[in-house]
Formats: sequence, structure tokens, C-alpha cells
Amino acid sequence: MKAVVLVFPGSNCDRDTEHVLSRVAGCETRLLWHKEAELGEADLVVVPGGFSYGDYLRTGAIARFSPVMQAVERFAAEGGRVLGICNGFQILCEAGLLPGTLMTNRDLRFLCKDVHLRVEHAESPFTGACREGEVLRMPVAHHGGSFFARPETLTALEENRQVLLRYCDGQGRVTDEANPNGSLNNIAGIRNAAGNVMGLMPHPERNAESALGNAQGLKLFESLLQAAGEALPV
Amino acid sequence: MSHAPEPAVTPELAQEHGLSPAEFQMIQDYLGRMPSWTELGIYSVMWSEHCSYKNSIAQLKTLPRDGGRLLVAAGEENAGLVDIGEGLAVAFKIESHNHPSAVEPYQGAATGVGGIMRDIFTMGARPICSLNSLRFPSLSHESTRWLVDGIVRGIGDYGNCLGIPTVGGEAAFEACYNGNPLVNAMTVGIVKHEHTASATAEGTGNPVFLMGASTGRDGIHGATFASEELSEESEEKRSNVQVGDPFMEKLLLEATLELIGTGDLVGIQDMGAAGITCSCSEMSAKGESGIRIHIEKVPQREPRMSAYEVCLSESQERMLVVMKKGTEASIRRVCEKWDIHCEQIGEVTDTGLFEVYHNGELKSAIPADSLVLGGGAPVYIRESREPAYYRELKTAALDFADVEDPAAELKRLVGHPNIVSRRWIYRQYDHMIGAATTLRPGGDAAVVRVLGSHKSLAVCTDCNSRLVYLDPRAGARAAVAEAARNIACSGARPLAITNCLNFGNPMDPEIYWQFQEAIAGMGEACRAFDTPVTGGNVSFYNESPESAVHPTPVIGMVGLLEHDRPVPSAFRRAGDTIWLLGISRSELGGSLYAEHRLGRLAGAVPDPDLEAEGRLQDFLVEAAEKSLLQSAHDISEGGLAVCLAEACFCDPDTRVGARVTLPGEGRLDARLFAETPGQVLLSADPAHAETLQALAVKHELPLVALGVTGGESLRITDVLDLPLAGLAETWWGSLDHWMDGER
Repeated sequence: MKAVVLVFPGSNCDRDTEHVLSRVAGCETRLLWHKEAELGEADLVVVPGGFSYGDYLRTGAIARFSPVMQAVERFAAEGGRVLGICNGFQILCEAGLLPGTLMTNRDLRFLCKDVHLRVEHAESPFTGACREGEVLRMPVAHHGGSFFARPETLTALEENRQVLLRYCDGQGRVTDEANPNGSLNNIAGIRNAAGNVMGLMPHPERNAESALGNAQGLKLFESLLQAAGEALPV
Repeated sequence: MSHAPEPAVTPELAQEHGLSPAEFQMIQDYLGRMPSWTELGIYSVMWSEHCSYKNSIAQLKTLPRDGGRLLVAAGEENAGLVDIGEGLAVAFKIESHNHPSAVEPYQGAATGVGGIMRDIFTMGARPICSLNSLRFPSLSHESTRWLVDGIVRGIGDYGNCLGIPTVGGEAAFEACYNGNPLVNAMTVGIVKHEHTASATAEGTGNPVFLMGASTGRDGIHGATFASEELSEESEEKRSNVQVGDPFMEKLLLEATLELIGTGDLVGIQDMGAAGITCSCSEMSAKGESGIRIHIEKVPQREPRMSAYEVCLSESQERMLVVMKKGTEASIRRVCEKWDIHCEQIGEVTDTGLFEVYHNGELKSAIPADSLVLGGGAPVYIRESREPAYYRELKTAALDFADVEDPAAELKRLVGHPNIVSRRWIYRQYDHMIGAATTLRPGGDAAVVRVLGSHKSLAVCTDCNSRLVYLDPRAGARAAVAEAARNIACSGARPLAITNCLNFGNPMDPEIYWQFQEAIAGMGEACRAFDTPVTGGNVSFYNESPESAVHPTPVIGMVGLLEHDRPVPSAFRRAGDTIWLLGISRSELGGSLYAEHRLGRLAGAVPDPDLEAEGRLQDFLVEAAEKSLLQSAHDISEGGLAVCLAEACFCDPDTRVGARVTLPGEGRLDARLFAETPGQVLLSADPAHAETLQALAVKHELPLVALGVTGGESLRITDVLDLPLAGLAETWWGSLDHWMDGER
């Protein structure tokens, strides 16, 4: 699988994501500067976390205008797989590639901790290596991660099975206590209607190796490899 | 363009600039004439305590500043550099931003982080983690919540945006910090040996560039502000506080590392205190050259700035770069990529002078060497006097009866503001970015792996300022020993330290005595452990109208782990043997428990046995290498009882009880709550018992089996049996409760 990790001014999880994709998942991975207008050969585009343009305007609001985003839109329209993590999720929402938006956390503070996530659907290229209902553990680290959408959008997301990950407790119960940021319906990660674009607030790249925890974040990358007909390196 | 006429330079004006009559005379002697207005401003900031270390350098020179694995000794560059093998080096430093944070907590703390980050990446090192050491007023003080909230957000927002994990630190609440909180920030970076950059200006005719943010009037005389006591008027000095832009810093970080990678650069230094003036004079003094700059070429964000203002501005996120002549396109290309300013503002000369021109008019021509530390800046050894309190408190009788209700006392201590979990703070710091944090905040030391190698670094900051106040020499020895013990608990070998020396007014002989004694103790411990001082920062004048702060020499330590099995602080499972390693001494002096019982801080400070501490470190490093340990947690505030309790529940996911029997005999309170240095609580698989005992014999250390892990409570035979649930709730939740109230 050939992966491209976008780099915006202020991206800061680009190197971590590149590390996991290339060293752990064994993908041929390139970092791509946002001023580039072409993606080049790619099976997967990752929009990494960070503070693009300092988040001084709305998170992700300026990055969507970068030249590379037009290429990403074309890539996604043609069915290419796009994964947005944290700030990348925010950018994909701003760019209209995913529905909804991310708002300031419920308690108005930056929050860095491990959370539990319930896999809602396992038939997507992003979650294929998981079981439906499986509970994964991953870190979150954000100030604006509260998912919000209008009621009709939210209903459509649920009915179309577009919610892939939900905040839950260690036993998989979706509770308000387990919701770290006030996201509607405890939503942590969604896909688009076509199913080829995913965004999530948690950081799978920070729990993809056993040295950092239980390595459950790797399941997302493993899923993408499987969907591309490949497997994790032994 | 018109400027207001410059004031005439008089002795009175010099005094207003914080220069003594003798210093004013020195300036005239160096120049052979009266200084100009601009020159007076330049001397005043460069000879301020903050830049010149004039009242501290004589003492600092007694510290061990080489040896170990040091590549660059203290004071030679922006930060020290230590070899860690595989062609890699670690650059690290700690710095204070106390006064700005006192009047403007959010920006003061944020720019403190920004400044120390620049010190690291200006050497070519990519920051991999940062830490801090914070001191707040007592919890009940009216300003405490405002300070904690602003300072923590300031540190978090800056580091989070920059993308450097804040993995550790310490925070304490004491009445002596009422009106004068301490904010010390530390950054650790990694660099390949061949990619290090130097803060030097060489090669006549080489172009001098200013890279990064434009220059405004913010922070003028910030260095001078940091060199005086806080008072009611300090509130009026809010404009002396700089404003941070972490996004600009991120761009500057990437551009700087890319630029250093081109090999076209001669030297580079960030602009911190005293801005352009400090960078130009230090770089030309180091290169034994001169620098000429042209004020009108400096990108300015405010109109009609004078040469005086531009030279003294402390606007953030700026770097001074000397390029090889002919490679100007190289810096322009990098800066264009990252969308940041870069302007050639001058050139290197062979005159030895720092020359400032403004629209062709010469505003300053000062021998660069006369401005800097180690050159012409004044050096003072101040009057020193042992304070009366020292003997009185040292010999104070701890004449209270033995503890009657040890369970109640343990509950109280577990909820003490200086013992409870700091989760409320570190949750606001991104401590996992970098995908490298293998031991997270909340334990003895944090551990961060060095990607692309097989190594990890253990890092911590430590200082129990209560002990330093009671006995500066023993207290400083204890601070170094505790830092090294924390590093070794994780399994890492202590490498070197950086120090942030927060004291009161050095003109007070009793304060200067504290300073002298603390430096002496620190030097003794660093020599004993072969952990040289790579650099650091002195912050004097930490006084408010009420009093001076406790002398607070914060130790930032870095250790090296050659494997990827760091040892955590908390028990991990039931059925492990609990051991107490190290020499037990039932000394209660300076402990939180004794302070509570006496109603005041007093007693003789337990002086660490440095030789035994060294053997303790060897034991821990070897035991971790051989994978013998499940956990290791050092005994500090609250004594063995609190240490046991924390080991039961300080992991956020795992709670493991303990069944133990207290060792030793004599007073129960001393056995439970003495903060004896040189002791560590271990847990290990019972199968390793003989191996561990053999290791203890080898390192000539007592090792006593206390009991076994397991159950839902902490049970100390014949003393107490407390359910973990209540204790854990108090320990984890108290700071949340104090800061946010009922949610």
C-alpha cells in the first residue's frame, strides 16, 4: 500500500503517522507539503493531527484552501481512501468531505488521555480488522473535538451506518461519563456516505506499538492494509 | 520619519536603568566617553542580572561543568550537549519565567516555554519532550486558581500547538510563593553530532539575517524587569511581558532545522532576553568578530520605533542567523517555503564592535566583549551571612507525641496539596504526541524513546524547597539525589543535570548565603553521581512585598535507558513481593507530617548519603536491565506510608492492594512518615527474590521484604487497614475538586 501523509504549516503528528505507516505497517509512505497540487501515486491519503495555521481561525478552516486539498477532493471523489486524524478530521469536515463539525470540548479545556472506543461497524475498509462491538483503547489530545451535526445530518449518519467509532467505557457501554468532550451520540469517528473517507478524533498512531500500550490503534492501519489486499509485516 | 529627541545621558538616568554608579563609570571607561542613549539601554539589559549573571557566576563556576558524556560544556552554547551513543546527542536546558507569569500568567508561562524551545532547536536539536516545575501560593490564597489556570493553559497551549509532548514536572503550593509564583520550563532535544549548530558570528562580510517574527515594542526591558523584586508597580509592567505565537514558533522550528541541514549557516542564536542586542553581542564575542546592524532593515510591527527600542525589544519567535556569504538564496528559499520573514539586517565585521546604525546615523558602537558574561560584564561576590533562622530551626525539638491514629494521618497526607495527583494539570498537556512516551506523567520519571535508535531518555524535575529553606546545602544535595533516584527508578542511568536557581534578592546577605550553600551542596551531589551541570538559569529577586520565596534550586535531570523496558512506579499485579531498598533512618525533620504536628516547618534535614545513593542507582539500573522489577517508586514526601499507598493506585487503570509489615522499631510515626532519602519501594516476582538479594549484597544495600501485593486495601500489620477506593478517590480527585469545584 502506498500512503501519503499531508503536511500543513502547523501539522505536528505528520512524523508520528509517517513512522507508524512506514516502520510498523510497512507501507511505502511519503510526506507531502501542502503547496503541492498533485498527490502522485497513492492508495491512501492521511490528513494528520496538529494545529494547521495555529488553529487561530476555526480549526481546519484555512488548511482546506491549500492547493493539495483540491487534489485530495479529486482523489476522494474517485473512491480513494482518505483518513483524517484529529486536526485532519477537522480539516476534512471543513472541506466538506465529511459531514458535521468539531466544536470546543464540553469543559472548555484541552484534554489528553486514553479513551475507549466501540467499533460500531466492521464492514468498512477502516475497521475491517476489528470485530463489531470490539472495544479499542486509544489516546485523545484535543481542545476542539466535540462532534456536532444538525439533527437531520445526525439521523442520516446513524441510519447509513456511517458512525464507525463511539466513545464508551472499558466494557463497551456508551455512557455520558465515557464521553470525553461532549460529542453528540458519543461520536468519535465517522465515514462519508460512499465509505471511502474516515475522520476520527482519537490518535491510532499513538497506540500502534506495544511499547506505547496495547497496540490497538494498529487495527485501523491493519484494516486499511487488508482492504488493499495486503497484511501487516510479520 | 521623526523621532523624539533622545534624553541626555546622566548618572540619574543610568540609575533609573538599574546601573550602579560604579557600573556607569565602568561603561565610560570601556568606551572612553559618555555612552549614547541607545548604548545606555544596551548596557543596562546586558548587565542586568538576567543576562550577565553578575551576582551568580562566581558561584556557578564552582559546579562540575564537564566530564561524564558532555560534548559541549555549560555556558559555551545555548544549552549543554551530552553524547548518548549511535552518533546522537541530547541537548537540554531549564529556564525560569517567574516574573512575567506573576503578572500575566497565560502569556508569561507560554513565552517561557517558547524561549526554552528555541534554546534547544537553535542548536540543531529537534525537541522531543518538555517538562516544567511550578510553584504556586498556598491553595487558600486568592490568586492561586487564577495563576494555576493561566499558567497551565499557557504551557499547554504553547507546547501542544508546537507538537512537543509535555511529559513531566512538578507543582507545589506553599505560602512563600504568595505573590511570586515560579514557572520553570525545560526542553529536551535530540541532534546528530554532525548537525549541531553554534551561536557564533565569524567571517568578515558574512551576512547577518533576522528570521521569524517582526519586531515590536513588547518586552522592552523584560530582562531588567526580571532582575528586580515584584511590587505593586509590577502590575504596571504588564507591557514588559511578551506575547507568544506558537504557530510562528512551529514554523521557525522547522525552518531552523531545515536551514541548519543545508550546511550554509555559520551560526545561529535565538532572541530571548535583550533581543537583538544579546544575540549580536554574544555571537560576535564568541566569534571574536563584530556585528554591524541597520535598524531600518529590521521588520517592524509598529511605526516609528527608535534604535533603542529595536535593540531592546523582546518580541518572541525571532532568530539571528549568520550565513556564509553567497548562500543568501539558501535562507530565502527555506523561509519562503515556511512563509516566514527573513531580512538581512547587517553583516559580520572584524572590528570587535556591536555597531548599530539607524538610517545611516551611528547609534551605538560598543566593544561586544564588554557586554557579555565572561567578558566585560561585572562580576560580584556579595556579602554572605548565615541567617538566624537556620540554627534555630535546625535544632528545634520535634517534641510531639507519637501518632495516635495512623490511618487518619495517612488519609490526611494522601490528600495533601503537595502529594495528590497532578492529573488535572498534565491532562491539559499533550503528553503523548511524538508516539514516543513509554512512561507517562504521574510517576517518578517520564520515559521517552528516541525514534530511530534503541534508546530512551528518562527525564524529571525535582526540588523540595522546604528542605532547601531549612538547610540549603543538605536540601540541594537532596534535590539532586531525588532527581537521580527518580531517573534510576525507571531503570535509566543518570546522565547530567540542568538547574534553575530561584532565589530572593542576592544583595541580602542571608539570601546570598542560601545561594552559596545550595550551589555547594548541588556541586557535591553532582560530583558524587558524575552528573555534570550542562547549564541552566538563575532567577534572583523572587520576592513579593511579604517575603522572599524559599530558595528553590530546581534540578532537571536526564537519564539514558539502553532498552525499552522502563520500570513504572505502580504495583502491577497481585502476588508480587514488596521490597524496601536502601538505608532506613527515622528522621522526621522537614517532613510534611512533622510540619503538621509542630504547626511550623522545622527540624534537621536528613542529609542524603551520596555514596549509598550512587550504589542505589547502580542497583536499580542493573535490576531493570535484567528485568527483575515490576515497579519501583522512591520514598519522598509523606514517607513510606504515602509511597505504599501511591504504588497501590497511581496507575490510572490498575489498582493493587498491599499486605505489609513495617520494618524497624521505635516511634511509629517516624517509621511511617519520615521522608528519608535513599530509599525505594520495589515490587517483583517472588521467583526473583534470591537474585534481588544477591544484587543487594553486591551493591552493599539493605533489602527488606515488606510483604506482598494484592487485595482491595492497604494493610500494614497492627497499624492500619484502609480500603483503596477512598484513598484513591482523594488522591486522584482532589486537584480537580479544588480547581473546578463540584461538576
